[in-house]
Amino acid sequence: MAESKTISLNMGPHHPATHGVLRIELELEGETIVNAKLRIGYLHRGIEKLAESRNYQQVIPLTDRLDYASASANNMGYCVTVEKLMGIEVPKRAQYLRVIMAELARIMGHHLWIGTHALDIGAMSVVFYAFRDREMIMDINEEISGYRLTPTFFRIGGVAHDATSEFIKKVRDFVKWFPKGLDGYHKLLTENKIWTTRTMNIGTISADEAVNYGFTGPSLRGSGMAYDVRKAFPYSSYDDFDFQIPVGEKGDVYDRYLVRMEEFSQSLKIIDQAIENLPEGPVNVDNPWISNPDLDEVQKDISALIRRFMIHAKGFAAPEAEVYQAVEGAKGELGFYLVGDGSEHPYRLKIRSPCFYLASALPRLMVGHMMADAVAIIGSIDIVLGEIDR
Amino acid sequence: MSYKNVIQTIHKKFPEAVVNECVNKGQREITLAQSQFYETMRVLQENPDLPYDLLIDILGIDYTPRTPRFDLVYVLLSTKDFSRLIVRLKAEEGEEIQSVSRIWHSADWAEREVYDLMGVPFSDHPDLKRILTWKNFEGHPLRKDFPLEGKDFDKPFDPETIEDYT
Repeated sequence: MAESKTISLNMGPHHPATHGVLRIELELEGETIVNAKLRIGYLHRGIEKLAESRNYQQVIPLTDRLDYASASANNMGYCVTVEKLMGIEVPKRAQYLRVIMAELARIMGHHLWIGTHALDIGAMSVVFYAFRDREMIMDINEEISGYRLTPTFFRIGGVAHDATSEFIKKVRDFVKWFPKGLDGYHKLLTENKIWTTRTMNIGTISADEAVNYGFTGPSLRGSGMAYDVRKAFPYSSYDDFDFQIPVGEKGDVYDRYLVRMEEFSQSLKIIDQAIENLPEGPVNVDNPWISNPDLDEVQKDISALIRRFMIHAKGFAAPEAEVYQAVEGAKGELGFYLVGDGSEHPYRLKIRSPCFYLASALPRLMVGHMMADAVAIIGSIDIVLGEIDR
Repeated sequence: MSYKNVIQTIHKKFPEAVVNECVNKGQREITLAQSQFYETMRVLQENPDLPYDLLIDILGIDYTPRTPRFDLVYVLLSTKDFSRLIVRLKAEEGEEIQSVSRIWHSADWAEREVYDLMGVPFSDHPDLKRILTWKNFEGHPLRKDFPLEGKDFDKPFDPETIEDYT
């Protein structure tokens, strides 16, 4: 009688389907996965440690590099946390602009997900359509901030500057166009026999188990738990907008796919409401120690020049307190635990990255499935290694 | 169920478990004593009225030169009414904390990260080893006394020491 033997296979760290540098040591029996071990840390840049030697506003560009597929959503999380620590109320117009940017970032992150997820499974054409539409959001980012992927448009107490009419026009164009694009993805995948066969009943996880593994965001909602930080703990005027939380039933790859597809249209709905009801007013908090004076003012007024210099060179102090604040990132609950010690630098900044916990459940999701399903499962929980390793 | 009821529930079972309680910037916070920490966490998770079933995050804060040196902060969420609870635990340097990974699976990696970056060991953990840095890495980067420059900082990197292949 033949002896049953397992072979171990390294997937990654340079495997295209791992969406970054993730290494998985798979133990295979034939083509079935019997065990999986994850190795992370290849992209560890020590963002939490770096933050401790920077001013509060100098940390904002670092947060862009967490989940680089949806950068503005991370800016939102960090800025909201610092504002909670310092007790700042952001003007309504800035809050709406932030919501527009964060929701555009969510759509951008989901574009990357749908494109690469379908590409991993073998549906090659989706990525071209997804990136065509993603390009439109990149143009919007470029219009408002000058950067395409990592806009760093947020500031503590508001946003960098007011929206231009060109920005509003581009956002409106996108809102008008995108339902057609989304319809195209649905036509390519949702009813596709190969797609449903590859994704249904793969990587199933029940709601209770998903909660125990620390799932949040679309992956948790795919299992049927309607938890969304935007609804449960509204921040930045999210309670002004009318939107639904899509939930799945079974918690398999296909349900998580459907949830994210529905999130596209819900995000679009929020952007549409925000851009049409954009309030008038300032985009920065009226606090001379925090908000940057205008360049016009700096050229005429010496005190404004000094103020600008002080804000950039020295920064501003936050009180001695601890806060935890979470926002709904593209991947789930993105939380920041911030400890202030009365100085201009954070004493400790802990980033709760949703992908970290999603990735920790990968062995649980993979075991028992075929080797080829591993890429489908990795794609379905939508991890970004920049956020896992920090 | 309100914050007061949560504390009362704990108080009924373990009268000496809660050292301190406060509401800070709208956040409900309790500080637990080491002696009954694990049992109290189990009660919080299994409490039928308000189960704190989602462990959002674990983090360590280094308050050196204070003793006890570390604060461990557990951020919990109840999926029943979506309320948060922050549980705080003070730890001496080198003191082993009971792992909660048997209560919440998500604590597995979270505790490994605290061990790796902050150097707080956990007892009863299924696989306690470094997670973001490599096996032979010296020191714990998020401690306040970790050197940021100087001769200790820039040691040559030997790729052979990254991991054990066992």
